[in-house]
Amino acid sequence: MSDIWVVIEILRGEVKEISYTMLAAGRQLADGLKGKLSALLIGHNAQALASTLGAADRVLCVDHADLAEFNPEAYLRVTTAALQEHSPRLVLFGHTAIGTDLACGAACRLKWPVATSCRTFAAAGGELRYSSLTCGGKIIAEGPIPEPNCLATVMPGGYKAEAGKVNKTPAVETLSPPALDGVRTRFKQYIEPPAGDVDIAKQPILVSVGRGIQNKDNVALVEGLAKALGGVVSGSRPVIDQEWLPTTRLVGKSGKQVKPKLYLAVGISGAPEHLEGVPEAELMVAINTDAKAPIFDVAHFGTTCDALKLVPALTAQIQ
Amino acid sequence: MSVATSYEFLDKVISATPDGEKIRKCLQCGTCGGICPYGFAMDFSPRALIAALRADDWHGVLESDTIWLCASCFACAHVCPTKIPLTRGLLATLKTEMLIGGSIPQELQTALGNSRRYGNALGESPKKRADWTRDFTIPVPTLANHKDPVDVLWFVGDYGSYHPRVQQVSRALAKLLYVLDVKFGILGAEECSDGDTQAFTGEWGLFELLARKNTKAMGRYQFKEIVTADPHAFNALKHEYPRLGFNRTVKHHTQYLLEHADRLAPLLQNRGPQRVTYHDPCYLGRANDNNIYDEPRRLLRAIPGLELVEMPHNREMSVCCGGGGGGMWLDGFVWEKAHVRTAEWRIKEAIGVGAQVLAVACPYEAPRFEDAVKATGNEGKLAVKDVAELLAEAAFG
Amino acid sequence: MNIVVLIKFVPDLVEDLEIDASTSLLDRSFLRLIPNELDEHALEEAILLKERLGGTVTAITVDFGDVDETLFTAVAKGTDRVVKITGEDFSQGVSNEKLAAIFQGVLADLPCDLILTGTQAVDDLDGFVGALLAERLGLPYVGYVTKIDVQDGKLVARKEYPGGLNADIEISGPAVLGIQAAEKPPRYVVTSKVMEAMKKASIDEQEAGEASVEAELPVQRMSLPETGARAEMIEGSAADVAAALLKLFRERGVLA
Repeated sequence: MSDIWVVIEILRGEVKEISYTMLAAGRQLADGLKGKLSALLIGHNAQALASTLGAADRVLCVDHADLAEFNPEAYLRVTTAALQEHSPRLVLFGHTAIGTDLACGAACRLKWPVATSCRTFAAAGGELRYSSLTCGGKIIAEGPIPEPNCLATVMPGGYKAEAGKVNKTPAVETLSPPALDGVRTRFKQYIEPPAGDVDIAKQPILVSVGRGIQNKDNVALVEGLAKALGGVVSGSRPVIDQEWLPTTRLVGKSGKQVKPKLYLAVGISGAPEHLEGVPEAELMVAINTDAKAPIFDVAHFGTTCDALKLVPALTAQIQ
Repeated sequence: MSVATSYEFLDKVISATPDGEKIRKCLQCGTCGGICPYGFAMDFSPRALIAALRADDWHGVLESDTIWLCASCFACAHVCPTKIPLTRGLLATLKTEMLIGGSIPQELQTALGNSRRYGNALGESPKKRADWTRDFTIPVPTLANHKDPVDVLWFVGDYGSYHPRVQQVSRALAKLLYVLDVKFGILGAEECSDGDTQAFTGEWGLFELLARKNTKAMGRYQFKEIVTADPHAFNALKHEYPRLGFNRTVKHHTQYLLEHADRLAPLLQNRGPQRVTYHDPCYLGRANDNNIYDEPRRLLRAIPGLELVEMPHNREMSVCCGGGGGGMWLDGFVWEKAHVRTAEWRIKEAIGVGAQVLAVACPYEAPRFEDAVKATGNEGKLAVKDVAELLAEAAFG
Repeated sequence: MNIVVLIKFVPDLVEDLEIDASTSLLDRSFLRLIPNELDEHALEEAILLKERLGGTVTAITVDFGDVDETLFTAVAKGTDRVVKITGEDFSQGVSNEKLAAIFQGVLADLPCDLILTGTQAVDDLDGFVGALLAERLGLPYVGYVTKIDVQDGKLVARKEYPGGLNADIEISGPAVLGIQAAEKPPRYVVTSKVMEAMKKASIDEQEAGEASVEAELPVQRMSLPETGARAEMIEGSAADVAAALLKLFRERGVLA
């Protein structure tokens, strides 16, 4: 009873990054408890993906045509059946649209406790502990993971997904799914993101420009950097008003509230109207020549280096 | 509650203000729409609005949302030859109908929601309202901790309490009150928004809620008069609070400081900037004929070496900074509809008369005009300072 | 369609949060509790649905203290019935497991077609109320919903995935849905309407029944994360700073 399970998240045939974060966490915990790490892979014709889950000792595949896309009730039934049978010590789910549906439902059905929004875990002396971020990241809550079984949802940040990508072939086992008749939810269709603009509120990496960027031509420089970082460009009001960027890219009071992993503010002074839009960026870095700019009061890192020199230099180094 | 026809609406307008009846005498001259800074972008200027109501096109009126461009600057009401109370009567009442109907730009909903929940439009913690006085060399007593009667109850206002730029104005005024040896106190966490701007967005119920909280708080203390650096608070305390049975003397800080000019003037030792122009806030000047035009100018002239120059639009013809009537909370909407910011016109006027400093006397103005200085590419050419800041600089360097 | 909306009150994050002397709980003495934002979205979605399809909306909360204004505001927005569950001082905090159990008790006597609540609340630690409740009621649950429709007599919930992708999930029969965002931001309702609701409407008070909680998550310690008051400044030439930033991005897992 020292096995750790990770419920792998697949969306449209692709293993989501959070799965590797969970594998990284799970690997550490399983090793700490001298137990095994299992990955539960639910889907249809998805066994091939098992080879990417080498961080686990074994991958348990559940295959059924009705499991081709995420179907809340069907997936919950499959998950709880497997957990009931194997009774692992701790089961990790993504703190995501898929993972939380499953974890909370399974917790209630199995009568196991669930710890949500966990960032880190610890395994010491056979005891497992969780550390969770709550109240908008303002509070860290910690405690023991109750015996004998427990569920947890994992947020990115505590473990590197890279550590969960291990080039090894795990053992693959097949679990037969429980009967899926009478399932009341049915996947109908995907709705593609609107062909229009990206939704900056959902972007993990934002390079945001303010008036300090001086003119429209320099926006292209910043776009180059955003592309290199795998993110998109957003802006503060003056930049939007000048129509250097479309309104959809506006961060702040009259624009969007964003919650990126990285918010790189280029030439933004940090007026309260703007900062209203970025209350909880995980990492905020500010580039502004004015050392007194209020943005430095809220950013985690800052530099007064000239953005017009730094941005191309950074883009080049990333590439 | 909500009205169903043009005629019902007209009745509501008429009962909203003492001179409401005058709306029936509209000449359809169009002066109102001509002077309105956003008249060009409005589906209905005040004149066109009255025409539509006379034609019973209530549906058409409700379909348009450009009433939210109205910054309640009183320019139309001021020039109306019939003296129809357009701003307080017609336009604010139409905004009420828009609110009831749910046609409210999102940004404005946020500010109103914040005002109702937190007692300030900025959505800041009410407990932190007096935080600006912390780590500040000048003592700013909070009345709750200071039971003795005071001469002056200083009503600081939302922006003076919370907005980092306007807090600087509050600190300047604190220094002046201190050096003048005024016995004063603030309400601190007991104060909430004066509600004036919320009222001019049509949210009179919210105004009343806020006003009652303030009058209750003020009722706990003994003071001779209220002083405020906020013309909107001044206007509300002077003209709207009495309707709720609260009738106390209120002075704008420029009025109060001028009364103490004999003691203030000798303290003004440092030479000020050479060329200064003054922007008349709507709510000190035109609104309700408050007519406070000379006090700030006389104070500015008391600063050694300061030359006061006038912009083409001055006194009752001043152009609104765009912050009134909810404009402070509608920047995105206004830009989308009008693609013009009146504050930028104003900056161009100030630059045009060769001013080094644009003196202001309203908490909405320093942030808005400073933004406009940058937006018009005049950074470093024109500073924006409250009259209190210029006086404090002259007195303390 | 008859819709029930569940509202939880949570600490207002506008205020500084403190930990009490036990170090395992929020200091609630100066806490302001406000309705959970996503629950307000759930209410908005319910009212939009009612406006579109007819039916009723019932809003339920437990007595967290100052909840009446929220309930009257719900009435002013178009809620037909508001219920306050009493019997305990819930302002001291209540786990989601227990909250789900309490709601379960009330819903037993309140047949409805759809139960909406916010997908999550800012102070969640032990699961999401909606998902826990669904399981207790034996109903299907879909979270992260941004739109609800009825097609051929069945509910269709639009579930939001990252990156702008959505999926439509069809549901037979009643369900609990966790709302991530209403189709439109929650409406502002003018104060005079709230006042009117206070005069005309009444709040049904209902005693909380026995709430059985089977699995509880222990919280041993709460703490405030360390925050630097000011940004850590990186000095040097453009190339130096770029190198330092690159290192930082890699360390923080922003860049692979």
